[in-house]
Amino acid sequence: MIPAAFEYVAPRSVAEAVALLRQHSYDAKVIAGGQSLIPMMRFRMAQPKVLVDIGRIPGLDYLREEDGYLRIGALVRHATMEHSPLIQERYPLLAATARVVADPLVRNLGTVAGSLVHADPAGDWAAAMMAARAQVVVAGPDGERVIGIDDFLVDTFTTALEPDELVVEVRVPIPGPRSGGDYQKIERKVGDFATAAVAVQVTLDEAGRCQQAGIGLCAVGPITLRAAAAEEALVGQPLDEATIRKAAALAAEAAQPTSDTRGSAEYKRDMVRVLTIRALRSAAARALKA
Amino acid sequence: MGHRIAVTINGQRYEAEVEPRLLLVHFIREVAGLTGTHIGCDTTSCGACTVILNGKPIKSCTMFAVQADGSEIRTVEGLAQNGEFHPIQKAFWECHGLQCGYCTPGMLMAGVALLERNPNPTEDEVRRAISGNLCRCTGYQNIVKSILRAAEMMRGGAGVASGSPVGRGSPAQ
Ligand SMILES: Cc1cc2nc3c(=O)[nH]c(=O)nc-3n(C[C@H](O)[C@H](O)[C@H](O)COP(=O)(O)OP(=O)(O)OC[C@H]3O[C@@H](n4cnc5c(N)ncnc54)[C@H](O)[C@@H]3O)c2cc1C
Ligand code: FES
Ligand code: FES
Repeated sequence: MIPAAFEYVAPRSVAEAVALLRQHSYDAKVIAGGQSLIPMMRFRMAQPKVLVDIGRIPGLDYLREEDGYLRIGALVRHATMEHSPLIQERYPLLAATARVVADPLVRNLGTVAGSLVHADPAGDWAAAMMAARAQVVVAGPDGERVIGIDDFLVDTFTTALEPDELVVEVRVPIPGPRSGGDYQKIERKVGDFATAAVAVQVTLDEAGRCQQAGIGLCAVGPITLRAAAAEEALVGQPLDEATIRKAAALAAEAAQPTSDTRGSAEYKRDMVRVLTIRALRSAAARALKA
Repeated sequence: MGHRIAVTINGQRYEAEVEPRLLLVHFIREVAGLTGTHIGCDTTSCGACTVILNGKPIKSCTMFAVQADGSEIRTVEGLAQNGEFHPIQKAFWECHGLQCGYCTPGMLMAGVALLERNPNPTEDEVRRAISGNLCRCTGYQNIVKSILRAAEMMRGGAGVASGSPVGRGSPAQ
């Protein structure tokens, strides 16, 4: 289908983009990879009057470690994450996520930041970034502000962004020694959104006890969920089978799945348990090697 | 409001005034007149519209033509050179990589993009590379075989088929 008519602007700087958003407010939409927005415009579920294409702003596609953070510029594509040696070597959670977002063609255009702003409860990056305790750097008329991922994701398709704000960067704290992570997703077919998925990031202390844990749940609620009770059950404990199973049961309790074409609520809840077990086992094994 | 854009498709420059909502696939088919790139769905699901944009395979139905201003695009029409099929076209022919042919331009472009990045892919890597491209006919087996065979030919491996000129009928079996 053909989207409704709109005006197209391609700013060359973040400041120019912010000024355009300020001018057009709710009439404007940012377009990054377009892999969620264009399908919505084709169905006329979105009909922006003005499209602000940030794809031509130079210098927003960086991916590097700096000042204690992995810094992911707003134009970093899913495929860049997938193929980056830095991500493959040091960020197993993000590497595992990048491989299962959509399909390789969509991954060549879609961006990590765009996925977070889209705030689809079935978005894979949101769950991964929750486990990784990421922050979102936002530019607006008064400069930049940094929002923790839990506060950034407000509701289904709703974030803490103001209409005149733009995401410029996603930041992930560089994991310390003995850290590991994993992303486990069940999908009906390759390239599909998750039936259910679980993101896990852990750091162990020298004695092998869990020092820090992050668990994000994808596609089992109105929004990406943090399995906080499960995280608490891990901290201070060795990641043995009993602890892992206990945390997995708590993660399943935290899920708020609904029945749909991808599966019944009961099935999805149990899959959260199974996927949490698998993700914790592999994250723990990676942490012991890291 | 019209926007003047210029893109290079298969080495040739196309300039036109377009409405911002014109999708790239429609620019390729209707403005440039290159109808080898197909449209198979309304939902960004099928990959029939796959073209190579600045070296990367993408779904041309999910990009506006204005976003592609200034870029280099390759479509199925650009594969054959000087009347000779590209090795991937020869391989699809040889290994029966198509039936109705609807998905084929997309499969070829996804396959070429893979082989340019990774000249010696495993079967698993081939399957992953075409996982955004749907085929309702072949069951994929022969498509995978064709791409692996093309890899062999492009590496100049043994048993490379001699030239199959464009425009002849299919080989006798
Ligand atoms: C066939 C298909 C399958 C998919 N499967 C999956 C899947 O399995 N898992 C998954 O997680 N996703 C999936 N997606 C979605 C895909 O990951 C998108 O790329 C992603 O959700 C949006 O990123 P984008 O860069 O394409 O954003 P766009 O489509 O350009 O934008 C999405 C939204 O974010 C806003 N936006 C984008 N960037 C910014 C910014 N920097 N600042 C402010 N606002 C911004 C836009 O205004 C819009 O509202 C799929 C998409 C398709 C078409
Ligand atoms: S036409 Fe189906 S993905 Fe483009
Ligand atoms: S050959 Fe018919 S769709 Fe693939």
